Amino acid sequence: MQTFGWPEAYFILRAASWTLALTAIAFVIGSIIGGVFAIMRLSRVKLLRQIAAGYILVVQSIPVLMVLFMSYYGLSAAGIELPPFLAASASLAIYASAYLAEIWRGSIESVPRQQWEASASLALTTPQQYRYVILPQALRISLPPTVGFLVQLVKNTSIVQVVGFVDLMRAGMLVNNATYQAFQIFTLVAAIYFAICFPLSRLSRHLEKVMNASRSH
Amino acid sequence: MPAVLIDDVYKRFGDLEVLKGVSLSVEPGQVVALIGRSGSGKSTLLRCINGLEAINAGRIEVAGHVVDQDPKKLRELRKDVGIVFQSYNLFPHLTVGQNIMLSPRITQNVPTAQAESLAREVLAQVGLSEKFDSYPDNLSGGQQQRVAIARSLAMRPKVMLFDEVTSALDPELTGEVLLVMEKLAQAGMTMLLVTHEMAFARNVASTTIFMHQGKIWESGASKEVFANPQTPELRNFVSAGAK
Repeated sequence: MQTFGWPEAYFILRAASWTLALTAIAFVIGSIIGGVFAIMRLSRVKLLRQIAAGYILVVQSIPVLMVLFMSYYGLSAAGIELPPFLAASASLAIYASAYLAEIWRGSIESVPRQQWEASASLALTTPQQYRYVILPQALRISLPPTVGFLVQLVKNTSIVQVVGFVDLMRAGMLVNNATYQAFQIFTLVAAIYFAICFPLSRLSRHLEKVMNASRSH
Repeated sequence: MPAVLIDDVYKRFGDLEVLKGVSLSVEPGQVVALIGRSGSGKSTLLRCINGLEAINAGRIEVAGHVVDQDPKKLRELRKDVGIVFQSYNLFPHLTVGQNIMLSPRITQNVPTAQAESLAREVLAQVGLSEKFDSYPDNLSGGQQQRVAIARSLAMRPKVMLFDEVTSALDPELTGEVLLVMEKLAQAGMTMLLVTHEMAFARNVASTTIFMHQGKIWESGASKEVFANPQTPELRNFVSAGAK
């Protein structure tokens, strides 16, 4: 029987970098899609609002696991074979986009209405209002919840193992199957998750404090 | 040609009729004070003039623009019509200088160096030259309101609208803002102001309009309106204000 040693630890660490990569890809692509839907959700055009609201509702109402199954097994049944990494990134990006869209819609809406009026009265176009007046303020409001969501995303990437992708969690399970040293292995896995999420949580708390301080005067 | 021409304007919010056939004409250089109780429609009328509220019927012309809800026409109108709000509405993430330079730079393509000298010029006009690099949060309410006036002036407007600009300020700060407005009036700016400062209306505005229940109830030369109110409503309003 294999014992848990450096090669196994290295295997787990490498898988952790895949978890990070997945999180990063899902977050970046999810941000782009989510940003578009957040602004569509607030559009003056009713159809755009409805499309965005529908998308967000559907994605938020089904488990991300289901999105993953659909993009991997569902598409392959339809003849489109996605590699596990692509299916996993796409599913997590879709999941992230719906939540980020809602977080950012809320942030944009918490910028006081008067900021819209003042900038409109200065003859700015709607894109200019977003670019120069609304989004810079909304961004500050959205930072703590966005980072909070990012922490959730890191942990939720562990579902990608169901399509055969070896992420941090899956690597731990594989090593455990070979060595049966569950305590050491899962302590290491947990420690790595912690090492990724803890700084993010702290960052979020810190940002929240900074925001509150700047709002109080 | 009048600077502002308002012809039989109606405005409803749902079932509530706020303006019931208002007509009014303002000549270039004229300073007009709109007074009246809360809910009399005076702020709504002001907001209709730069299109922040869409009217339901009638016609408004300002500085040669017909007020229309078409976004492009609205922007052209707003380059010529400045508005200052009760709550200042400075952009909190930008410095005073950036607040002032923003619109000239991006809506009128004024080069940065020129926008900066323009900003310094209008800041000097409101007596706040030294605040160019300050953030709005670090200014008093009176200073913020003067910056808001400067920000409007940087657009080189033909008409300025003031919507209860001193209502959120204590008496001392009110004084400094009113002083800036008085200088503007003397310099020949066309101004419409909604105000609760009766002394200012009487002394600085050439014309005072008393609004009541969505209509122009009484109007005329300011001194005359305050000295000889013709209607019981205005008499009550003026004597209540004098107390």
